[in-house]
Amino acid sequence: MDVRKTYKLFVNGEFVRSESGRAYRPDGMVNVPRGSRKDLRDAVRAARTAFPGWAGRTAMNRGQILYRAAEMLDGRAAQFVELLGGGVRARRELERSVETLVWYAGWTDKLPQVTGTVNPVAGPYFNFTIPEPTGVVAIVAPERDALSGLVRRLAPVLCGGNVVVALTAESQPLAALTLAEVLATSDVPAGVVNIISGQRKELLPWLSSHMDINAIDTAGCTTDEIKAIEESAAGNVKRVIKLTKDEMSPYLISAFMEMKTVWHPIGV
Amino acid sequence: MAITKKQSAELARQAFEYAPAPEAIDHVKIQPRHGLFIGGRMVEAHSKKHFPTINPATEKTLSQVVDADEVDVDRAVKAAGKAFDSWARLSPSRRSRYLFRISRLLQERSRELAVVETMDGGKPIKESRDVDIPLSAAHFFYYAGWADKLEWAFPNRKPRPLGVAGQVIPWNFPLLMLSWKIAPALAAGNTVVLKPAETTPLSAMLFAEICMQAELPPGVVNIVTGAGKTGSLVVSHPGVKKVAFTGSTEVGKLIQRAIAGSGKRLTLELGGKAANIVFEDAPLDQAVEGIVNGIYFNQGHVCCAGSRLLVQESIAEPLLEKLKRRLSTLRLGDPLDKNTDIGAINSRAQLEKIQGLVESGVDEGAELYQPECVLPERGFWFPPSLFTNVSQSYRIAREEIFGPVLSVLTFRTPNEAVEKANNTPYGLSAGVWTDKGSRILWMAERMRAGVVWANTFNRFDPTSPFGGYKESGFGREGGVHGLLPYVDLN
Repeated sequence: MDVRKTYKLFVNGEFVRSESGRAYRPDGMVNVPRGSRKDLRDAVRAARTAFPGWAGRTAMNRGQILYRAAEMLDGRAAQFVELLGGGVRARRELERSVETLVWYAGWTDKLPQVTGTVNPVAGPYFNFTIPEPTGVVAIVAPERDALSGLVRRLAPVLCGGNVVVALTAESQPLAALTLAEVLATSDVPAGVVNIISGQRKELLPWLSSHMDINAIDTAGCTTDEIKAIEESAAGNVKRVIKLTKDEMSPYLISAFMEMKTVWHPIGV
Repeated sequence: MAITKKQSAELARQAFEYAPAPEAIDHVKIQPRHGLFIGGRMVEAHSKKHFPTINPATEKTLSQVVDADEVDVDRAVKAAGKAFDSWARLSPSRRSRYLFRISRLLQERSRELAVVETMDGGKPIKESRDVDIPLSAAHFFYYAGWADKLEWAFPNRKPRPLGVAGQVIPWNFPLLMLSWKIAPALAAGNTVVLKPAETTPLSAMLFAEICMQAELPPGVVNIVTGAGKTGSLVVSHPGVKKVAFTGSTEVGKLIQRAIAGSGKRLTLELGGKAANIVFEDAPLDQAVEGIVNGIYFNQGHVCCAGSRLLVQESIAEPLLEKLKRRLSTLRLGDPLDKNTDIGAINSRAQLEKIQGLVESGVDEGAELYQPECVLPERGFWFPPSLFTNVSQSYRIAREEIFGPVLSVLTFRTPNEAVEKANNTPYGLSAGVWTDKGSRILWMAERMRAGVVWANTFNRFDPTSPFGGYKESGFGREGGVHGLLPYVDLN
């Protein structure tokens, strides 16, 4: 007889039920926690607390942790392929997810070299510009590609040093919730990634109006949802990221970065 | 040692007396009435409505400008849309040459532009002459060079222009903000509809002349004047594909909301409440100059102004004494006088806003210091002011005053300085004063702000990206990063 798994949210490095005690059954069988506004707020608080630590890690350390996540994911390949329905398509999606983590693991210590600049100002000043993470990023995972859909959006955001509150695909949250087990064993510090399952219609208004979220990735949103998100995002001038091209790109990392410019006089 | 008003008056008397040195204005001819710049020429407005633009130092009317209506804005956007295809397809080296031409024309007409900028906006002539106009010309010169090198700015991409950019700019640096908006937009192959601020439209009207002198193809730049209503017509026009706004956070949020779901690209450069942090090992005399430049430059009408002075407790007393002494030597008066440090407040509305916030500071319990200072009878003026005894919760420590008003707070440890500096929804700029290199970098790393000035303040350059974190907006202007908001990389 199977020992079945209880699917849980991932908040502040812990596997928790929704504080609301609610669940829903996306496939008609398995109970999945139906996250609440309070769950989101807990997740944002955990993320904000984790932010300085994650952003302050050396680029190499963040790269190694992302690479470790790739190792852990690859090690559980069989489990994920089964979760994704088995077969060639599932295996391809798993491989794509691993590939994504490896690719971005290598970007952590290169992004500042590619997007940063030393600026030749007309005066006796040393002036440089470097990318810095914007802060707490909300990701609305796409409904298709239960695993790689989220990984493709998560990796670039983490790569730059941001922290994440991710909303799983409502129709197929299991692979995303299981991804939390990979992150929990990859030295990703508690609170850096928080994963919430639930109903988009209920949660999006809270996510887009939360005053301590700096940016929101609308990858999984409909046109109408994006409009509503953009309206309430204005409350704290959130960056609303709508890059939909499905590619791995440093431009996607940069979308969640702020450019900081520092001046200092030159003199004896 | 606290300096009293009487002592400050004594200090002011001891300072050198200067004879008046007004800039001549006889070489400048301001037209009594302006039209709109649409499709490459000045046209009569459909709205038929004009309003006066005044000199805030004298309250005298300088000219009448159009309050553009929906039909006017629609004409301007259509003209820009019509010009877009050929401008975007023009050989990049030709686009580049037009921008170089504009830069040169700005230099050639610099004195005229400086005088008009000062008369229309109230800023000291030495600032418009030495900062606004040269930086405007430099900005066009810098982006002129990018126009035919865009592929080198975006590895692995073929950047394409977006279409018509709708741009709305503020009154604090009228021509410079125009340049920050128009130069990168044109370099990337976009066309523009720009709305200057209601109180400072005249340098933009001169810029329209310069576009004609440069023989810029008709419709590439269009300028419509008016108030907030005209601005909202520009940003919400369906023909506009990209919106760029510089102004208050309040209006920025309205714009973000207004264009939600439209698919328009947006950049916002909004308000600030910058901390200027002075450590005990800082060279105090230099720091005092930096503090003065940080908050009294352009009457404090600067979004990145160092409006919160955070000074380490151990040196608070001597620093404040030096600062107060320095304040008493600032010359307030005729903006056209070359010796003037502090000009006129831009408008009556802005003056009332500053007065209201300063009153709130006094009511909440802060201690106000103003040097002995004679204000001219006509015009809008506010003396350089500083508040001590300020708590972080006071409005003067939280809200953008946009005037020559400094709030002084103290700190003991570097961590406390970081905590206090970042304790604001804004994140545009910050200043750090210390002799210790490692501490500069440590502080710079922790400031949640887009620009950090270390042992300097309020420096600008076309190669140097500028823009905010958090509620100070998003997107950068200046540098290679300033091209990104104007290109499609897909």
